[in-house]
Amino acid sequence: MKHTISVTFEHSFNTLSRIAGLFSGRGFNIDSISLGTAEKEGLARMTLTTRGDERIIEQITKQLNKLINIIKVVDLTFEPFVERELALIKVSASPSVRMEIMQIVSIFRAKIIDISPKSLTIELTGSADKVNASISMLKPFGIIETARTGSVALRREFQGKT
Amino acid sequence: MERAIVNKAENPDEKPNSTETGFPVQPENEKMSGGEILICALLDEGVDTIFGFPGGVLLHIYDVIYHKPELRHILIKHEQGGTHAADGYARATGKAGVVLVTSGPGATNTVTGIATAFMDSIPLIILTGQVPFAMMGNDAFQEADIIGVTRPITKHSYLVRDVNELGRVVQEAFHIATTGKPGPVLIDLPKDMVAQKGYYNRLKKMKIRGYNPVKNGHFHQIVKAADAINKAKKPVFYVGGGVNFGNASAELTELVEKSNIPVTTTLMGLGAVRSDHPLNLGMLGMHGTWAANMAVSECDLLIAVGSRFDDRVTGRLNGFSVKSKKIHIDIDPASISKNVTVDIPIVGDVKNVLPKLTELVERPDISAWLQKLDSWKEAHPLKYAHRDDTIMPQYVIEKISEITNGDAIVVTDVGQHQMWTAQFYKFNRPRSLLSSGGLGTMGYGFPAAVGAAVGRPDRKVFCIAGDGGFQMTSMELATAVKYKIPVKLAIINNSFLGMVRQWQQLFFDKRYSHTYLKDSNPDFVKLAESYGATAFRIQRPREVVPTLQKAMEIKNGPVVMDFIVAKEANVFPMVPAGAALYEMIEDEN
Ligand SMILES: Cc1ncc(C[n+]2csc(CCOP(=O)(O)OP(=O)(O)O)c2C)c(N)n1
Repeated sequence: MKHTISVTFEHSFNTLSRIAGLFSGRGFNIDSISLGTAEKEGLARMTLTTRGDERIIEQITKQLNKLINIIKVVDLTFEPFVERELALIKVSASPSVRMEIMQIVSIFRAKIIDISPKSLTIELTGSADKVNASISMLKPFGIIETARTGSVALRREFQGKT
Repeated sequence: MERAIVNKAENPDEKPNSTETGFPVQPENEKMSGGEILICALLDEGVDTIFGFPGGVLLHIYDVIYHKPELRHILIKHEQGGTHAADGYARATGKAGVVLVTSGPGATNTVTGIATAFMDSIPLIILTGQVPFAMMGNDAFQEADIIGVTRPITKHSYLVRDVNELGRVVQEAFHIATTGKPGPVLIDLPKDMVAQKGYYNRLKKMKIRGYNPVKNGHFHQIVKAADAINKAKKPVFYVGGGVNFGNASAELTELVEKSNIPVTTTLMGLGAVRSDHPLNLGMLGMHGTWAANMAVSECDLLIAVGSRFDDRVTGRLNGFSVKSKKIHIDIDPASISKNVTVDIPIVGDVKNVLPKLTELVERPDISAWLQKLDSWKEAHPLKYAHRDDTIMPQYVIEKISEITNGDAIVVTDVGQHQMWTAQFYKFNRPRSLLSSGGLGTMGYGFPAAVGAAVGRPDRKVFCIAGDGGFQMTSMELATAVKYKIPVKLAIINNSFLGMVRQWQQLFFDKRYSHTYLKDSNPDFVKLAESYGATAFRIQRPREVVPTLQKAMEIKNGPVVMDFIVAKEANVFPMVPAGAALYEMIEDEN
């Protein structure tokens, strides 16, 4: 099953390579990986989505935890969490189909951020599922290029209880 | 005891300005070169010996070493040997081993040694020279991205760019290498950084964010484990290198004796409990004893201590100890439930956990189980057919065991002789069998024995090697001669790459493809003598003991014994690949 794991670490290229090496060396899957600075200087947060049975996921989190510069590893999968991905999608769009595309854009609450006589570039945020769905809706028009960030995720704090 | 190893320049007169203490002591606020900081930091970590081999980017560091006789430097012949020597030193002493090598080829030559130490969780510090920082990444002369190359086989690594950081880095590296699950740590030292002047800064208190190995096991889990032990009818301890190299042999023996529960060890665990202890069943696994493998297969409680369920130990996984509840005590959370699902995990240092467990356990009534094990032991001892005309390899090892009273440090290479040593040497003390268990590195034995003998001049050190593996690092004989290191090398010379030949015999119809060595082996006696070592060739069983006696008397350097043994002897019992432990075969028939 799919897991979303959040990793906080002291930012250095060596750490980044160690994380990537762990996955390639031990044959773990990575579906997506995204990385940026975290709330404190020198810290980075990585969100990665991966698949595997319980034992593999347990190994992944334990092996990540073993790396010296990693400060925290959280498997968000079984906790309430918010997840977003940003995608830029460039679609062929002759004037005749532009209106149709713009309708799809508004359904997905996306934005058009660039336009040319032959194409539109769409900015979209949402869960990976939403991004996938919108891409498949746009496919018939001809997708020229896409750029996706991969998921970023945080634990949801207010859980309706307490 | 006499210190046989000297590190002075051959002719002390050649040394300009050599004072007794070397460099004048630097006031704290005075700048030093990176090279000086490095050596001071090593000395402050309690390092007395390093193994090394110089090169262009190390000139500054070697100049400092030249002035610091208090740091003994052993010049090895090959960086692989140097790394194994540092590993042997570490296993024998319990301290981190240190190896210093130049950039590029010097650094890449350490890779096999690092991987060997990594697999067996041995604390090593690998100091690699590097091209000047500004040239890194330009494919400069003798540049290799050694941090990249060794990333998967080091516990951690550092590239030191700022000379003011070097002191702290060395301190952290030793801390990381020796605590938690120990392992190799590499420090890459660009040449310009080493030449620069800076401040030697040390941390007052060691604190590394993100690195907090668990020491004490969870008490609730320990109570659960004790409860399971007290209720067990057929319990057995399965002990690994974590006890041996975690200095917990006394604590384990106490627990074993209080609970009266039998114990089997892995290759790496041999010596953790005395071989002649009545509760010791011997080694388990691929070449383990019948009693040990059956005990593990039949038990209702398996208590794994500092072991990691390696495939050479478990045999076919779905046939491994299927009837048992499992307790696993280990410092490494990642090794728990990695291969085999465990019911009661305890993450912690075995040295801390075992005494707490001992307090809580009672003596479960398991007399029927003990009787059964005794009958297995009696009916299925380790055995071999002795011959009067030909030396049997097992016989040599039995005699080495007898003549040393099971008290020596025995370093093996990899192959049949390694398994025979595990079976027939009666280890009485912990940290006594040094062997590449995880990686299975041929060429490990002799240099590691050199390192062990350097670190423990108070103990007898034997190296037992095959005629194949010894040749992978035999040049370190020169090192042993130069520094008068009293290693006793027994070559179990069967004219074959024996372990591979055994598999070819048993599973490939005796098609001995590229395993015959006789037509290419050197004359080992002449080879040894050419290095200046004493050497004997032993061809008849009755010469074995007298030669060993002679060898025991040689104390001022290495001695090489070329034992010409039966060519096609096999290691038995054995669990064939893909079989379960209880499907083991006892002999050729
Ligand atoms: C560096 C390396 N290469 C190859 C092997 C595979 N291997 C394992 S045991 C063995 C034979 C060892 O022969 P020898 O050193 O003569 O010892 P013996 O088995 O005869 O005691 C080989 C080739 C290995 N373990 N290490």
